Amino acid sequence: MKARVFVTLKNGVLDPQGKAIGHALNNLGFDAVGEVRQGKVIDIELADKDESRARADLKDMCEKLLANTIIEKYEIELKP
Amino acid sequence: MKSAVIVFPASNRDRDSADVLEKVTGTKPYMVWHGETEVPDVDLIVLPGGFSYGDYLRCGAMASQSRIMRDVIAKADKGVAVLGICNGFQILTESRLLPGALMRNAGLKFVSKPVPVEVEETQSMFTRRYRQKQRVVYPVAHGEGNYFADDETLNRLEGEGRVVFRYASGENPNGSARDIAGVLNEKRNVMGLMPHPECACDPMLGPPDGLGLFEGLVEALS
Repeated sequence: MKARVFVTLKNGVLDPQGKAIGHALNNLGFDAVGEVRQGKVIDIELADKDESRARADLKDMCEKLLANTIIEKYEIELKP
Repeated sequence: MKSAVIVFPASNRDRDSADVLEKVTGTKPYMVWHGETEVPDVDLIVLPGGFSYGDYLRCGAMASQSRIMRDVIAKADKGVAVLGICNGFQILTESRLLPGALMRNAGLKFVSKPVPVEVEETQSMFTRRYRQKQRVVYPVAHGEGNYFADDETLNRLEGEGRVVFRYASGENPNGSARDIAGVLNEKRNVMGLMPHPECACDPMLGPPDGLGLFEGLVEALS
């Protein structure tokens, strides 16, 4: 089983990198670009076959290490 | 006073801390490798500056999970004094020994320069040798020192006298909330700060404004 974890800054937390990327895109002529937020993607291979247990483990991994929940939120995607 | 400096892979101010500790205590501190399971019986544990584990994932995140940190956390809970400087402060927030988080500098640049800082709180073993609002100059050297916490936490920290250092007005180098440079835990035995007092202790290198912090600790813990 493969999992993909998306870690992004919470809404309202300043993201200076996202802002800089947005400015750069505007400067390249992409006038339609508004707010940009940057995050991380973490791909994880799992030996687990049971989906609900895998989800519970992944949530635990996010809370304990992958995300700092004071400033970040996370989403988990599972692929069989 | 007996002390220990924890050494992580890519700590780089560990010897600066050790030099000052030897100078003020007359005894060499224990240098404790991150893979050890136990910190010797000491009065003060220092988590030094640097780029532990290459700042992988988030600054301080990997170090907070290292084996030695379990014992540092246990000892902090028992009341042993813990001082986290720069990367050490990041490790303390990632370990949840201190509230809040340290984010990328608002200006996106790594900032390395002396910065005027004001002592906001003198009722602590870390700052007892300073006067309230005393202005000191400590060097900063970081890319992720932008202190963040929600308003409720910030209000509580201010209300409980746990904001120990603030960047002087107009001198905030990283966008930190309310100009916060250093904070205490609830029991007031754990402090983290981004500037480097240990690098402002030798008169050869400028005004030794940081010495007061270490001399105060010796006074309080001896």
